[in-house]
Amino acid sequence: MTTVIQLTINGMAIGAIYALVALGLVLTYKATEVLNFIHGDLLMASSFIGWGLIVVLKWPFWLAVLATVAIAMVFSWVLDARVMRLIVGQPQFAGVMLTIGIAFTLRGLVSMSFGPESRNYPTPWTNQKTQLGGVVIADLSLVIVATALLVTLALFWFLRRTTLGVAIQAASQNQLAAFLSGIRVKRLTSLVWALTGGIAALCGLLLAPTALVDISLWFVMIKALAAVVLGGFGSIPGAILGGLLLGVIEQFAGVYLPDGYKDAVAYLVLIGVLVLWPRGLLGDAHGRRV
Amino acid sequence: MRFDYDTSYRDGQALLRYGSGRAAYAVLALLLLAAPWALGKYYVGEMTYLFIMCIGSLGLMVLKGYTGQVSLGHSAFLALGAYAHAWMLGKGLPFALSIPMAMGFTALIGLVIGLPAIRVSGLYLAMVTLAFAILTEHVIGHWDAVTGGFNGMSVANPVVFGFDLSGLRPFYYLCLGLLTLVLLGLVNLMRSQTGRAFRGVRDSEAAAYGLGIWVSGYKVLAFVISAGVSGLAGALLAHHVRFLTPEGFGLFLALELVLMVTIGGLGSLRGAIFGAVLIGMLPVFISRIKPMLPEQVSKQFGLEIFVFGLILVLFVLFEPKGINGRWIKLKTFFQTFPLYRKDLFKRGKTYMKSERYK
Repeated sequence: MTTVIQLTINGMAIGAIYALVALGLVLTYKATEVLNFIHGDLLMASSFIGWGLIVVLKWPFWLAVLATVAIAMVFSWVLDARVMRLIVGQPQFAGVMLTIGIAFTLRGLVSMSFGPESRNYPTPWTNQKTQLGGVVIADLSLVIVATALLVTLALFWFLRRTTLGVAIQAASQNQLAAFLSGIRVKRLTSLVWALTGGIAALCGLLLAPTALVDISLWFVMIKALAAVVLGGFGSIPGAILGGLLLGVIEQFAGVYLPDGYKDAVAYLVLIGVLVLWPRGLLGDAHGRRV
Repeated sequence: MRFDYDTSYRDGQALLRYGSGRAAYAVLALLLLAAPWALGKYYVGEMTYLFIMCIGSLGLMVLKGYTGQVSLGHSAFLALGAYAHAWMLGKGLPFALSIPMAMGFTALIGLVIGLPAIRVSGLYLAMVTLAFAILTEHVIGHWDAVTGGFNGMSVANPVVFGFDLSGLRPFYYLCLGLLTLVLLGLVNLMRSQTGRAFRGVRDSEAAAYGLGIWVSGYKVLAFVISAGVSGLAGALLAHHVRFLTPEGFGLFLALELVLMVTIGGLGSLRGAIFGAVLIGMLPVFISRIKPMLPEQVSKQFGLEIFVFGLILVLFVLFEPKGINGRWIKLKTFFQTFPLYRKDLFKRGKTYMKSERYK
């Protein structure tokens, strides 16, 4: 029984990261209909920036976190306002290709400037553990879950309760109608990109101490894609649920299934859900229009 | 300027209508045939690699350029072709039998992957194929008994009717010959009813359906053909690299293939060749200019990814029709010499297909 609880909690900790990454993906997808492949690489780049600030420049941890998030937000804002806007109105796949291209460029830049070695940086919670009713939890996992929860709640409040958030929702449902009601659609789109960038930076900073600061960190994005699909494409609560569920599934697969399944199970889930049940857990049903 | 004026049915059917085109292709053929005797060993090997990449790129073009189905995981089909071929050669099958069987095997897998494509399309299909590529790499890495796992697997030499074709020049001619066969086959397929149906499905599924085209059938058929051709490329690649490892068929190869068709120009076989040649030559070119760069940059391995990404970004932003689009513009410029207008190929307004509520 303890094993099951332990696995579930470990899974939730990993799943919280997936959920956060998935949340960022869904946000941009809802607002701009672009599947943002930059997300994973921005996450990876932020963890490198965080490492640079904390280890090389010896900044305090919290200041470094704030600075990294700010850098990622400004970068995403500029990216949307200067680059992504050029292809508005082109077929959906142009956006995918463009983001893949930018992601490659970013990955190349990071690996050119930092080199292939893996790194690590200290956090206030490194190597600390908490006992909860016979289950041992790393403090870092608790922080990850708490951050995920906090970001989700803040976002929920922002999108539901503030004028700006409602405007974003309106723009994502019908850009023209929103524009005619006096909403500055372009600026809001950039704002959503900036928000996503900030979330990516946060994910990178949280993920790096549990794994390592490494180029391959971007791969978490493909796992997050599986989470998005599992939860139902384009649904924010679905992304959170899918992420947590995927983390738990992975942990259980690692223990109860033969060796090698742990890394593959996310992709099996992705294919299986898309083929058998494309709506996902909480997805909206929408038919395809001609 | 040239106006088409048919004097017999054969004029409309000819692959190359005009003497100038025939002469140009004849010169190209002669150059390619003479190349291995004029170039150094290294360049013959590189050109062979380019031919193989051309076949792979043609395979993806059928799917992405002609039926509009996005696959981000075509490296999987190359991997399956390569491993199936190497395994069958290892079991003692002759080369001439093993190649078609490897193609058939990949085509069969393409059928299995293509069947869900009836249900999912667009971004969803891209994600399914991406996941499929990662899974395939994973399975190959872990199925030690057949594939040798991460330790790799050596490939037997290609022997056709008693002739060993593993030498540099014979293998060059083998690849060139197979590329020509594939290219001619696809050119003719795309001019036929099947090709027109593919394009109909790409441009509007509903309209194609309304015209009596069996949409799901043609979608799966495109997958099967594409997978088969990619399998051939994989089998040849197996001989080129001589030692197969799962890492050689990773996501990077898949994205390289997508890059080839996108940069070349979607919806044209010539574009697939252009793209494959450009992207295939890029690593060589980069390694050439590396000594000229400051040491800090040239030492790192990320330079290649950086250049790939930059090229993709520039093409998507400034020349969405790819190299082939540029080629057509150049050709029109010279054919209509003083009359070319700058906005002759200006895109009309296009609207994004949206999933928003209206």
